[in-house]
Amino acid sequence: MKVSMRVNGVDHEHDVEPRTLLVQHLRENLRLTGTHVGCDTSQCGACTIHVNGEAVKACTMFAIQADGAEITTIEGLATNGELHPMQKAFWENHGLQCGYCTPGMIMASVDMLKNNPNPTEEEIRHGLEGNFCRCTGYHNIVKSVKAAAESMQGGA
Amino acid sequence: MYPAEFDYVKVSSLEEAISLKQQGDENSILAGGHSLIPAMKLRLSTPKKLIDISGLNQYKNISNNGSHISIGALCTHKQCAESDVIQQNCPALSDAASVIGDPHVRNKGTIGGALAHSDPQADYPGAILALNATMVVKGSSGGRTIAADDYFTGLWETALGEGELLTEIRIPVNPMNANSCYVKFPQPASRYPYVGCGVALSSSGGNCSDIRVGFSGVGEWAFRDAGIENALKGQALNSSSIAAAAEKAAEGKAVLSDHFVSEEYRRAMSKVFAKRAITKVS
Ligand SMILES: Cc1cc2nc3c(=O)[nH]c(=O)nc-3n(C[C@H](O)[C@H](O)[C@H](O)COP(=O)(O)OP(=O)(O)OC[C@H]3O[C@@H](n4cnc5c(N)ncnc54)[C@H](O)[C@@H]3O)c2cc1C
Ligand code: FES
Ligand code: FES
Repeated sequence: MKVSMRVNGVDHEHDVEPRTLLVQHLRENLRLTGTHVGCDTSQCGACTIHVNGEAVKACTMFAIQADGAEITTIEGLATNGELHPMQKAFWENHGLQCGYCTPGMIMASVDMLKNNPNPTEEEIRHGLEGNFCRCTGYHNIVKSVKAAAESMQGGA
Repeated sequence: MYPAEFDYVKVSSLEEAISLKQQGDENSILAGGHSLIPAMKLRLSTPKKLIDISGLNQYKNISNNGSHISIGALCTHKQCAESDVIQQNCPALSDAASVIGDPHVRNKGTIGGALAHSDPQADYPGAILALNATMVVKGSSGGRTIAADDYFTGLWETALGEGELLTEIRIPVNPMNANSCYVKFPQPASRYPYVGCGVALSSSGGNCSDIRVGFSGVGEWAFRDAGIENALKGQALNSSSIAAAAEKAAEGKAVLSDHFVSEEYRRAMSKVFAKRAITKVS
């Protein structure tokens, strides 16, 4: 089946089997391997991307469901070589260790701040309930999101 | 994990969806996909054809028509959690929606999908029973309504007929539903409820004049708890009457047991969460 979508500002059209998962389409057909597959059972959030501006788990959606959609992946966050404030905050606050969960964490966090620009620590922890990290103990991730919220508000 | 092969159709009308569904049991409706797709990946479900109804925008609205709140079947959990109309008129439902899974699940999953799927661990059913909701369904022979009390019929079973679609959920507008809540004891990893308790209560002069209690996650399917309701109706509302009524939780009901939570513990937690829910609206 034909599926077309705009990914990180670029239009793509492909022929896919209906059972192709969106994450598999992004990674294998579009070669955008920044979006990871952790659990493949909808739990861990490593595959989190934005579809029409909302965070979703790309392992729990078929590519054909995203026909006509506007998609942003971790590769599309930076503008003109300048990291997104969330990426910068993760870097500066040691919000990652192995980095496996990081693309999903960052996409989830960007979506969280869109809905709630100035979250409390508790709200950040609740907002990341769908994203698991096996390295950091979450402490520095929460710190990163907090720092990004501050810098994004300062910039606005 | 790759699901088995299937055909895919995105429908542009409800009638088209009903007629495709009628063509075979192996054809499945696809709404938010957040119960169906995980099941397909495990090949617990192998539909021949997926009938994607997510483009039917007329079923994505929430409105107050005076006598009831109307919620389209395709409203997402996020919409239900954030809706002012729901928060004001039937907070038990927004409470339940706001604690489903995680934000990404709530962005995609729909109330219609959750109620059609009717997982024993689903959150909405406990709230739906407490709120005395009505399910509006449509099939090839027309539409009908099903009361919440008659809707949940078994493990993953509902009164929804084979060729029928759920189109709308109606919640009566009344002071009792405006004074409702849903509290939950979530499994810490999956976030599904071990115990979820919905309560709607009305009182006059400090006495409980009416109460409805619904439990999710406790039995093989959601149930109303007449034991608690009868123990509290007509009684003065205070901590000892509430505690005594909550002691009746799940009495005479078959209670689930799994490798995380035994039957005994689930029963004990049902009492605790019933007490919390009733106290919250008293
Ligand atoms: C990680 C994760 C955590 C979750 N945690 C929770 C939780 O804590 N609490 C909870 O309650 N749920 C939880 N869920 C389930 C979630 O709420 C689902 O969204 C919901 O159960 C199904 O809704 P859907 O729109 O995604 O339906 P789908 O998956 O698209 O469909 C589910 C079933 O319903 C049928 N169906 C869908 N819509 C209709 C309709 N309008 N008429 C007739 N049949 C229809 C489909 O054919 C299918 O059989 C979780 C899911 C995930 C992936
Ligand atoms: S890979 Fe999608 S949630 Fe884990
Ligand atoms: S940094 Fe390793 S899983 Fe999060």
